[in-house]
Amino acid sequence: MKTLADLNKGYSAEIEWIDTSGPGVLRLMMLGLVEGAAVRHRGTAIGGDPLELSVYGASISVRREQARYFKVNGNAAEASSGLIP
Amino acid sequence: MSKPGPGEPQGQTETSIPLSSISIRHRPRHRYAVIGNPNSGKSTLFNRLTGLRQTTGNYPGVTVERHTGTVELKGTAAELIDLPGIYALGGQSTDERIAVDALLGRIDSKPDGLLVVVDATHLYQGLYLLEQLIELQLPMLVALTMSDMARAGGIAIDTDLLSRHLGGIAVVEVTATTGLGVSDLKSELATLHEAPVPVIGQSWPELSQLAQQLADQCGNLDRMDVIQALLLPGGAHDQLASAAMGPDVIPGARNELFGSEPPQAVEARQRYRWAREVRSAVQHEAPLLERFGAKVLAWVNRPWPATALFFLSLVLVFQAVFSWATPLMDAIDAGAAGLGAWVTASLGNGVVASFLADGIIAGVGSVIIFLPQILILFLFIIILEDTGYLARAAFLMDSAMRRVGLSGQSVIPMLSSFACAVPAIMATRVIPDRRDRISTILASPFMTCSARLPIYALLIAAFVPNQSVGWFNLQGLVLFGLYLLGIAGGLMTARLMKSTALRGPKPHFMLALPDFRRPNLQTVMIKLMDRARIFLKRAGTVIFSVAVIVWALAYFPRMDTEAPLPEPVNGQSLENQRAAAQMSQSYLGRIGKVVEPVFEPLGWDWKVSSAVIAGFPAREVVVAVMGTLYAVGSEADEGSLTQKLRAATWPDGRAIFTLPMVLGLMVFYAWCLQCAATVAVIRRETNSWRWPLFAWTYMSAVAYLGAFAVFQVGSLLTGPA
Repeated sequence: MKTLADLNKGYSAEIEWIDTSGPGVLRLMMLGLVEGAAVRHRGTAIGGDPLELSVYGASISVRREQARYFKVNGNAAEASSGLIP
Repeated sequence: MSKPGPGEPQGQTETSIPLSSISIRHRPRHRYAVIGNPNSGKSTLFNRLTGLRQTTGNYPGVTVERHTGTVELKGTAAELIDLPGIYALGGQSTDERIAVDALLGRIDSKPDGLLVVVDATHLYQGLYLLEQLIELQLPMLVALTMSDMARAGGIAIDTDLLSRHLGGIAVVEVTATTGLGVSDLKSELATLHEAPVPVIGQSWPELSQLAQQLADQCGNLDRMDVIQALLLPGGAHDQLASAAMGPDVIPGARNELFGSEPPQAVEARQRYRWAREVRSAVQHEAPLLERFGAKVLAWVNRPWPATALFFLSLVLVFQAVFSWATPLMDAIDAGAAGLGAWVTASLGNGVVASFLADGIIAGVGSVIIFLPQILILFLFIIILEDTGYLARAAFLMDSAMRRVGLSGQSVIPMLSSFACAVPAIMATRVIPDRRDRISTILASPFMTCSARLPIYALLIAAFVPNQSVGWFNLQGLVLFGLYLLGIAGGLMTARLMKSTALRGPKPHFMLALPDFRRPNLQTVMIKLMDRARIFLKRAGTVIFSVAVIVWALAYFPRMDTEAPLPEPVNGQSLENQRAAAQMSQSYLGRIGKVVEPVFEPLGWDWKVSSAVIAGFPAREVVVAVMGTLYAVGSEADEGSLTQKLRAATWPDGRAIFTLPMVLGLMVFYAWCLQCAATVAVIRRETNSWRWPLFAWTYMSAVAYLGAFAVFQVGSLLTGPA
């Protein structure tokens, strides 16, 4: 199953299920990464980690290993080029 | 840092205001808390509303900074309390706990209402906090900021519809940077205390109703108390509620609301679903302004260009600190020297003239001269912070920080330590894990702060040749090396701590990345004036007192001027010999000789040793003390401190300030913890004396050993002087 860590740059997908037992996951949920939210992959730092994800205009930096706790549905789509998705 | 007295900063501003406008000033009748997400424009709005009528103090009984200000309204006035920017209530970070305690009236009296700042481009997260705040049952007013930014990004918000979704809470669009909408906001603020209190929020009515029910049964708890008890098992509110209602009520309600899920996960799911729906209902697409700036930002926001740009901006900052400040510093230097010479010329050579010229002007003046450099450094750090670039730096540097066992979150405090470790240590509050936080606190004082600049600048200018090495200047390279030395000391300390006493699970890293924003001039200037005030206050109090004490110790007891000189030295004028003899038999000379053996392996004579010891409360004092010591020690007052240091010799005529000794002295200052304010803030933030004492001892030992190694090895290489 695909997770937020498998999303390609510039693509967005909807979170389907979250493993709430993962470290720091509750904190990310408090920032808005919850089931049903559409999340876009905006880029990475050098080496591909951490990721910059954006959820309804808010950018959040997350490490790849934490992004794996967030499963997304299969139909990732290329997001529009606007500043705020 | 002591809290300002009642009339201190604002009193001065008020005196400059014409009498006619004082008469219409009102005393604040109501207190409103200003709360919102980080980077929502909250501080800019707070500054716009209160202007210079602000004070910074502490909450009664606890040592947490508290920003308040007065806003003048039509026919009345209100006191505003600026709370820390947070994303959610019920989090575990220090800032979040302060905000909750202030809102519930635990550390302050309860506010009469809330001014909630919501960023139009971050409506999703803003609405989440807003819904949590509704549970407080206080009159509320929403200031919708950044709508100009939202429009540029292709989004317009229907504020009337938003207000209806919020159960009638007034929503006012403001652009804090230009002042648009501020007068509307003020007229709403004037009647906020009588605004209807929202009853039940729409995002999670089941929670609100159940909590209200339990609060009514119990009688002495608020709905918010019960909610905090439900959401944070084992927390302070949980214990409070269990004591009031018995141990079974809260767990029973928890089971009903959350089942087996973690309460915070259920809350996030519930409220964010609502926030998502409201957001899509109230905002509609506006024509997207495709700006040139946005394209540039998108290009720069790729891994390699972004990292290169980050290092480039750091180089620019340090370049500016040195090249821009020089003319201002030369002016202050000339002014102080002229003043000292004038005092000596008009008052003669008595005690009073020496006190004024050698004690005060030479002592305090040698520190004040660095004000331009320090302000330029702070200006850059404030701009980096306000544009959102520091958070971006944390994102880019995360993988590097992981190597020393920390995360990118530690980068922000460490970068602001280049200005001053005290606010930097307070900025570690956002780091959730205690072990990571303490490791960062211990690493921060190693970063080269602005108070070290006076020492480095003095010694480098005096003893490092001003010559070019390839494309670079040798003096600049030495300074850069000292910055690297500080960074290396900090990172190695973090690494050491994280693999020994503070070993813990791998830190995770999450950070909200704000959009790039143009900094607001008023906000930047207010912060900068604050730093200038703190620096001058230190110069006027701590440094002034130490300079006076050191002058007195060096001036008294007076030697009999007719007595024969103890050790006649050839080749020196009689005045200089007399002055040197006077100095060495003064109180300070006697004390200095006692400690001299301790520092002799570092190549320091008793003057340097006693200056270093006098510098323990605040490291920049060392320059002031050297200024005073070398001024008292020379009969003629011509010549700068630099020239006097170059001329200083051991009794046998060898130069004291050799290159190995100067480099060792700078290494000592790169690593030692000579700052009472830092020690105090570590004690405050870690809540024990253990860490500040450890930091002080550890850093002093490392500094001594470093200076020892540099001096001994350097002297071996350069041969006996």
